[in-house]
Amino acid sequence: MENLIALLVAAPLLGAAVLLCGGRRLDRAGHWIGTVLAAASFVVGVVLFTDMLGKGAEDRALHQKLFSWIPVEGFQADVAFQLDQLSMTFVLLITGVGTLIHIYSIGYMEHDERRRRFFGYLNLFLAAMLILVIADNYLLLYVGWEGVGLASYLLIGFWQHKPSAATAAKKAFLVNRVGDMGLSIAIMLMFTTFGTFAFGPVLEATGETSEGKLTAIGLMLLLAACGKSAQVPLQSWLGDAMEGPTPVSALIHAATMVTAGVYLIVRSGAIFNAAPDAQLVVVVVGAVTLLFGAIVGCAKDDIKKALAGSTMSQIGYMILAAGLGPIGYVFAIMHLVTHGFFKAGLFLGAGSVMHGMNDEVDMRKYGGLRKFMPVTFVTFGLGYLAIIGFPGLSGFFSKDKIIEAAFAKGGTEGWILGAVTLLGAAITAFYMTRVMLMTFFGEKRWQPDAGGHEPHPHESPKSMTIPMIVLAFGSVFAGGFFSIGDRFLHWLEPVTGHDHGHAPVSATTVTAATMVVLVIGVAIAWAMYGRRPVPAVAPRGSLLTRAARRDLLQDDFNHVVLVRGGEHLTRSLVYVDHTLVDGVVNGTAASMGGLSGRLRKLQNGYARSYAVSMFGGAAVLIAATLLMRAV
Amino acid sequence: MSATAVHSLWTTAGGVTSAAPGDRFTAPTIEYAQLAPVLIVVGAAVLGILVEAFVPRRARYTTQVFLTIVAIAAAFAAVVGLAADGYATKNAHIAAMGAVAVDGPALFLQGTILLVSMVSVFTFAERRLDPAAGGNRVDSFAAQAGSVPGSDSEKAAVKAGFTTTEVFPLALFSVAGMLVFPAANDLLTLFIALEVFSLPLYLLCAVARRKRLMSQEAAVKYFLLGAFSSAFLLFGIALLYGYAGTVSYAGIANVVDGSVQQIDPALAGTMGNDALLLIGGALLLMGLLFKVGAVPFHMWTPDVYQGAPTPVTGFMAAATKVAAFGALLRLLYVVLPGLTWDLRPVMWGVAIVTMLGGAVVAITQTDIKRLLAYSSIAHAGFILAGVIAASPEGISSVLFYLGVYSFVTVGAFAVVTLVRDAGGEATHLSKWAGLGRRSPLTAAVFAVFLLSFAGIPLTSGFSGKFAVFKAAADGGAGGLVVVGVISSAIAAFFYIRVIVLMFFSEPKADGPTVAVPSPLTMTTIAVGVAVTLVLGLAPQYFLDLASQAGVFVR
Repeated sequence: MENLIALLVAAPLLGAAVLLCGGRRLDRAGHWIGTVLAAASFVVGVVLFTDMLGKGAEDRALHQKLFSWIPVEGFQADVAFQLDQLSMTFVLLITGVGTLIHIYSIGYMEHDERRRRFFGYLNLFLAAMLILVIADNYLLLYVGWEGVGLASYLLIGFWQHKPSAATAAKKAFLVNRVGDMGLSIAIMLMFTTFGTFAFGPVLEATGETSEGKLTAIGLMLLLAACGKSAQVPLQSWLGDAMEGPTPVSALIHAATMVTAGVYLIVRSGAIFNAAPDAQLVVVVVGAVTLLFGAIVGCAKDDIKKALAGSTMSQIGYMILAAGLGPIGYVFAIMHLVTHGFFKAGLFLGAGSVMHGMNDEVDMRKYGGLRKFMPVTFVTFGLGYLAIIGFPGLSGFFSKDKIIEAAFAKGGTEGWILGAVTLLGAAITAFYMTRVMLMTFFGEKRWQPDAGGHEPHPHESPKSMTIPMIVLAFGSVFAGGFFSIGDRFLHWLEPVTGHDHGHAPVSATTVTAATMVVLVIGVAIAWAMYGRRPVPAVAPRGSLLTRAARRDLLQDDFNHVVLVRGGEHLTRSLVYVDHTLVDGVVNGTAASMGGLSGRLRKLQNGYARSYAVSMFGGAAVLIAATLLMRAV
Repeated sequence: MSATAVHSLWTTAGGVTSAAPGDRFTAPTIEYAQLAPVLIVVGAAVLGILVEAFVPRRARYTTQVFLTIVAIAAAFAAVVGLAADGYATKNAHIAAMGAVAVDGPALFLQGTILLVSMVSVFTFAERRLDPAAGGNRVDSFAAQAGSVPGSDSEKAAVKAGFTTTEVFPLALFSVAGMLVFPAANDLLTLFIALEVFSLPLYLLCAVARRKRLMSQEAAVKYFLLGAFSSAFLLFGIALLYGYAGTVSYAGIANVVDGSVQQIDPALAGTMGNDALLLIGGALLLMGLLFKVGAVPFHMWTPDVYQGAPTPVTGFMAAATKVAAFGALLRLLYVVLPGLTWDLRPVMWGVAIVTMLGGAVVAITQTDIKRLLAYSSIAHAGFILAGVIAASPEGISSVLFYLGVYSFVTVGAFAVVTLVRDAGGEATHLSKWAGLGRRSPLTAAVFAVFLLSFAGIPLTSGFSGKFAVFKAAADGGAGGLVVVGVISSAIAAFFYIRVIVLMFFSEPKADGPTVAVPSPLTMTTIAVGVAVTLVLGLAPQYFLDLASQAGVFVR
């Protein structure tokens, strides 16, 4: 059975190779090839999953070694896969949601003449993401990590004729490099500390290693996670990444790739468990990002950017949960999966809206769309209810568990984290209600686009609505399915471990509190956007609103601190190079030249001088030889 | 480790040492077959003189070139035959009553000298570069060496189509001397070989067709200084004889290491006197260092290299160096291993000043031939570093370096003969500006040679330098290696500067043209490039060969 694992990766990889190398003759069939191969990978995943279910909890992990990658004395790197329950969860999420989004893209990208290439990139992304989650060592994980970064870059900049898209792609790539640096340093540290970077030996050896080293490794892993998962301080790229086609935003920048950081931290749980300081930083990053993303999401009028802020915030929840240690690992992953469903659904819904509105993204130019796009309205609405945590839906179960876990951390820390997660839940309810109201309710505020075309909102084709419906089912039922009887907990516990913590308040109290803040959030949004008409031009707003519209000044901060600072640093280095380095080099050269010129004068052309030199040389030779014997 | 233990590592017990002194005269035994390479070359040289006397003028050039090339090829075949018979390894032997060694280093160096001489003779025979004079094609040599430059008699000689075909037998005599030099196994043979290969060189230096005065000045200087150094050498030989009572290498070595204790009554006053040994050894060393062009005995080199006809310069720079370093190796490893620790500091000093001196002074040179002369001085320093290593690796690395360096040198000087303007060869560096744009192939080939001189990886220069420096470092001369690397860096500057000049400067309006040579010179250059690249990319076979050949017979 383990021989099937490589097939998971092989199918989309083959797709990418065929589609990207096949040329124009595949234009007409390209999207089908890509979709079928993605689906094939999903089928393999399901087969492996069924097989896994048939085994006992402790021996479900499969292992497959393909070949020795770098077989050097003292440095062994294998291309080997490991499929345990954690990886399996990701495989199903990636291939399942991935396949749905492939199908959706058939309709969404219908009029794009580079559709074949788009599917090639999507397949490439799937292959890389699968390598990331089933690698059995950090080095191979790094391959997948870089691979998804590349695919993300290519897809954000897919419409490269738009300067904004090209810039956004570059920005995403550059910011991610910072995180990637963290991962590579972490791997190097692992190698020097443990002599290996395979998951098994590294994670088993954490007990015998000094906490300082583990903290350093943990912080570097966190840096990597921040880059990939758009966490503060490396969050700035995600909003711009919405320049990519909407299916990309749904698959890569909502459901899968951006959650790689959560995977990395949960996978490296043993390291973080043994390094409480690193864990604390993880929690802080998660908490800050949770609020940061939520606040940004409140102020954005661009539907995709509002959703991007929400993604950031929800991943903040997951990172926070992962930082809680064994109390939170399982819930981080559970929220990750349910989020994968409802956020992908929301993005696909947003794409569907844009599809019907001449690619308009400004929610102030929507309004009253529920009558024109009933399927989109219902599926988007279910996703909305799921994300705000409406009782019974997916988000309710998974988010509630994280809030409980935050309280269960215990002590002051637990109270603070609990409060932050509750506040986040309120803000989530607010901004999602805002999106919902501005898009589907109220008056029509449609405006002709730049070409003067009046929008004619219409429901999207089947290829787009069916994936939305499937995802809506997931949004509604996944959470309940996972939580009833603690199914998900039992599934994942053998890999991540679990700890109940010491909850200072009962679960019922937490749920009640969550409900209260939920209602407050929805009510405020209703008061602001439901009761009165939405102005077509955004009002100036408060200082906080204006800051939030500018992504809480993240780019301004980066510009002033990093760009200017970098420029100053470069300038001073150039100065040092010109004066000091060149000075030394030129000085040496000049002095050599001078010496050469002076020595050259000894060569005066007179045989008598030459003879004297020889005579002197012979005298020195003899004298030195005799002297050596004398001493 | 004591000195005696050291030398026993790299010497093998040989057969005959020296003839026992006796009352009756016994006819010497000469192993003609083992001396065949030398005998063939000497025989051909004698024949060459007869050719000058009896063959009609018009046929002389062809006859001489043919005779020379055949003789060198036959001698090389003889060397290969001897090596195939195992003389290079297990059958190493001392021939001619202890006068000449037939062993690995000797055969390796003789083979190198013969091949290098072969390609050098090709450049001697080149007659397409200069425009024809008086309807006759001319080579690099004066029409009549005896005539005063610019005089009527010279003009008449040119008009009559005279050529100095004597250069071929002269070169052969010189080659014969060079063959014996590294194989000489007693001091008298060493001295005779030195004179046999030096005297023809003095003559050859004087017979340039263009710039005759400079050529003659170079020859006179070379002769004077060469005679001066020969005097030192001879004095050293006399002192060593006084010390050991014999001129045989093995005999001296035995006295040095104390295995022969009895004192010749005739030399009771001097024998075993260490002062004689040390002074004699130092003088002998100086004579050889003069030939390799080590600082401070190098001063003849730039003047002579510049003045001599360029084909002769190439021959001299390559073959002389091989022969002289061969003799130096044998002297240090066979005769004076007992003095290793006495001579080491001196050799260190010489190597350091040679490397640095050659490299530094080359920076400000403006003439390509002088530049190459200083480069050859720096290279002598690098080779000395290998000589000092005092280990089998030291021997083999020096053998390898000599092979590498000599072919590149001959090739480089051959390229110099091609770049010409109205006054003959355009050797001033300013004239080489922009050569790469006008004659990309020629410039590229020259660039390859320069990169090899600079020791850039993937050229033979790198392999050679690496081998020598590695041997030196392993032999405890790490300091020398540091100086060597610094000198290489300095040297790289002026090599690269020429490349920059050729490829990145604007060509001058009245710049030189590149003459199209005959297949002869082309072969020389092609061999140089081939050796450079092959030994740069895959040196291992030749390193192994040198290392198999690196054992001296004693």
